[in-house]
Amino acid sequence: MTEIVLTGAPPTPEAIEAAWRRVQLARHPQRPRTLDLVPLIFDDFEELHGDRLFRDDPAIVGGPALLEGRAVMVIGHQKGKDTESNILRNFGSPYPEGFRKAQRLMRLADKLGVPLITFLDTAGAFPGPAAEERGQAEAIAASIKLMTGLQVPIVVVIIGEGGSGGALAIGVGDEVLALENATYSVISPEGCAAILWRSPEAAPTAAAAMRMTAADQLELGIVDVVIDEPGEGAQTDHPATARAVKRAILASLGRITRLETEALLTTRYARLRGIGLYREAEIAPGGPSQDASLRRRIGRLLRVPGVPRRPRWSEIWPSGEDGDNSEEGA
Amino acid sequence: MPIKFPFSRRREVTPDAWTKCPSCESQIFNRQLERNLRVCPTCGHHFRMGIGERIELLLDENSFVERDAGLESGDPLGFHDQKPYVDRLEASRIKTGLREAAVWGIGTIDGQRVAIGLFDFRFMGGSMGSVVGEKLARCFEAALTERIPAVVVSASGGARMQEGTLSLLQLAKTTAPLTRLDAAGVPFISVLTDPTTGGVLASFASLGDVILAEPKALIGFAGARVASGTVGEQLPEGFQSAESLLEHGFVDDIVPRAELRTTLSRLVRLLPVAPAEEGGQPGEGRGWGPIGVLSGIAERLGTAVSETVGIEVEPGSRDGSGPTPRNGGEHS
Repeated sequence: MTEIVLTGAPPTPEAIEAAWRRVQLARHPQRPRTLDLVPLIFDDFEELHGDRLFRDDPAIVGGPALLEGRAVMVIGHQKGKDTESNILRNFGSPYPEGFRKAQRLMRLADKLGVPLITFLDTAGAFPGPAAEERGQAEAIAASIKLMTGLQVPIVVVIIGEGGSGGALAIGVGDEVLALENATYSVISPEGCAAILWRSPEAAPTAAAAMRMTAADQLELGIVDVVIDEPGEGAQTDHPATARAVKRAILASLGRITRLETEALLTTRYARLRGIGLYREAEIAPGGPSQDASLRRRIGRLLRVPGVPRRPRWSEIWPSGEDGDNSEEGA
Repeated sequence: MPIKFPFSRRREVTPDAWTKCPSCESQIFNRQLERNLRVCPTCGHHFRMGIGERIELLLDENSFVERDAGLESGDPLGFHDQKPYVDRLEASRIKTGLREAAVWGIGTIDGQRVAIGLFDFRFMGGSMGSVVGEKLARCFEAALTERIPAVVVSASGGARMQEGTLSLLQLAKTTAPLTRLDAAGVPFISVLTDPTTGGVLASFASLGDVILAEPKALIGFAGARVASGTVGEQLPEGFQSAESLLEHGFVDDIVPRAELRTTLSRLVRLLPVAPAEEGGQPGEGRGWGPIGVLSGIAERLGTAVSETVGIEVEPGSRDGSGPTPRNGGEHS
C-alpha cells in the first residue's frame, strides 16, 4: 500500500469544498446510470429479472451481455432519473432480493465461465424494516462471500456513489475501476456527520475526512484505475463516458483474464487480505499464560504468601459500564 | 472475601456497588450481577460482557492463549472529527485495557480446541477497522490450517468510520477465509451478542454454519436511528431483536448466557471438522468406515486415545504444548 502522510488535522476548507463538489457530481441527476452505459458499452444485453425467492428488485439490474463479441455477465445498481423512476428504483438502494438476484447471476456467470462486470452506483443498501426482516445483512454478506470465491474474472466499475455495504455486495473484484467523479465510502457523509459531528450539516467535512473521492481511493489502494470523465463531468457526455469506461474494462480484462483460475483466486484472496493499515508490535501475549515461571507456579500451587495468584481474564479485560451508546460503526 | 494480594490487578470495589437493570429497573448488587454472568436475576436482562468474562464463561480454565496481541491500529486517513482518531483510540485503550476492539486466540471448550475471536463493544463501539479485520482473518486462517472450529462472539456497531473504505473492505477481508473454510470442511459458529449491527453483521457474523444469539440482543443491519432517519417511519417494536431474527429464520437459536458454553461444546462435538484430504478434492472420501469414525474420535479425545487405538492424529490438529484435553468432561 502507498505510504500515507498522516496529517491528523481537520480537513482544510479547500479540501472540504473539493470533496463535496465530487460528492455532488457523483450524485448528479443527469449522471449516466448502469442502464445508460450498458447499451453504449455492450453489443447486446438481455436483462434478467427476479431472485427466484421473493420478487424482482429494480434497484439492481443485470444479465448476460456481449463485449466486443465476447460473452460476459453484467450486474449494476440502478438509480432513477426522475421522481417516478426513482420511486420504482427505490433511489438505487437495493433490498435483500436485489443482492439475491445478483447472486443468482453471479452463479450463472460462474457456471458458464464468463467474466463478471459490475457497476456500482448506490447510496447504500435500503435500511427499512422490510429489508431487515428479509435479511439485508445476510444478503450482503452472502454476496460478498460468493464473489470472493467466483472462478471467473471480476471487474468492478464505480460509476457514481459507492455507498458502503450495499456497494461492496457487488463490489469485490480482481480490479476495481472508478470514474473520476465517483465516490466510495464506508458510510454516507451525512451518516458520518450525524454520528461523529452530531450534525448533518457537517456532511461536506465528513466527506473530506473520509477521503472518499476516486483519487483518494486510488491512493489508498482500494481502486486500481481512475477513468477520466469528459468535460465538466460524465453528466455532460454519456457516449464519451461510455467509451472511456469500455476502454478501461477491456484493458482490465486483458490483464486479469491472462491468469489461470487458481492464480486468479489466489491473487484475489491476497488482494483482500492485504487491505488495511496496522502496526505489529512484538509483545508477549496478555493474560494468565504470560506468568509461568516454575517458582511462581509452585508458589501458587502451595499458596505461598507473596506469590501473586494468577490474574483472572475478567480482571485483565473486565466488563464495565456500557458507557454511552454512541454508534461508532457503520 | 477473596484475599487481596499486593500485586494483583484486581479492581477495587467501586463505591457505586449497585447497578440498575435497564429492563426491570431493579437494583442489583454488582457482585451478584457478576456471579450471575451479568444477567439480571429478576428479569433475565443480559448486560453486555467484557472479553475477559466471556473467555471465562466459554473456555476451559486457563486454556486461552491470545494470538497477535501486538496488532495496533494506524491512522490511514489522518482522520480528525471533533477529536483525532488516535486520541479516540487511546481513550478506548485506557477505558478497556484492550489494545483493540477484538481479541483472538486458541482455547478449549471441554477439551476441544477452537480458534475464537471476541469483541468488546466499549472499545469504539466494537467497530471493525484494519486491526479487528486482520485479527478475525487470522483467526479463520488458523482454524483452517489447524483444522479446528472457528467461533466468533460479536458485539459491534459495524465498520469503523475513522478508517474509511479500509474498514469497509474488512467485510471482504474477513469473509474471504470463510470461503476456504467451506472448501476445507471446517465449521464456523457465529455468536451474536448485544449489539451486533452494520458491517460486522453484513459480513462474517451472518455467515456462520450455525448462528446463535443471546436473548433480546439488538441485531440488525442499520442502526435504528439510521433506519428511522432514512425511511422516516415509525419502526415496529423489537424489529431488530434476536427473537425477530429467529422468527424470520436468520439465527439458529437463542441461547441464554448460562447455557452458551454447553451449547457451544455440544455443537463443536456435533459438527466435526471434515477429515483432511491429502491432495484430494475436498469432500472426497468422507467415509463412514471404521477408520473415519475412529480417527474422528481420536482427534476429539486427543493423543492419549489416539495412541490407545493406534490411529495417527492429523498433525497440527493438536499441538503438543496445549493443555491436556479432558475427555468430554461433564458434558459428554
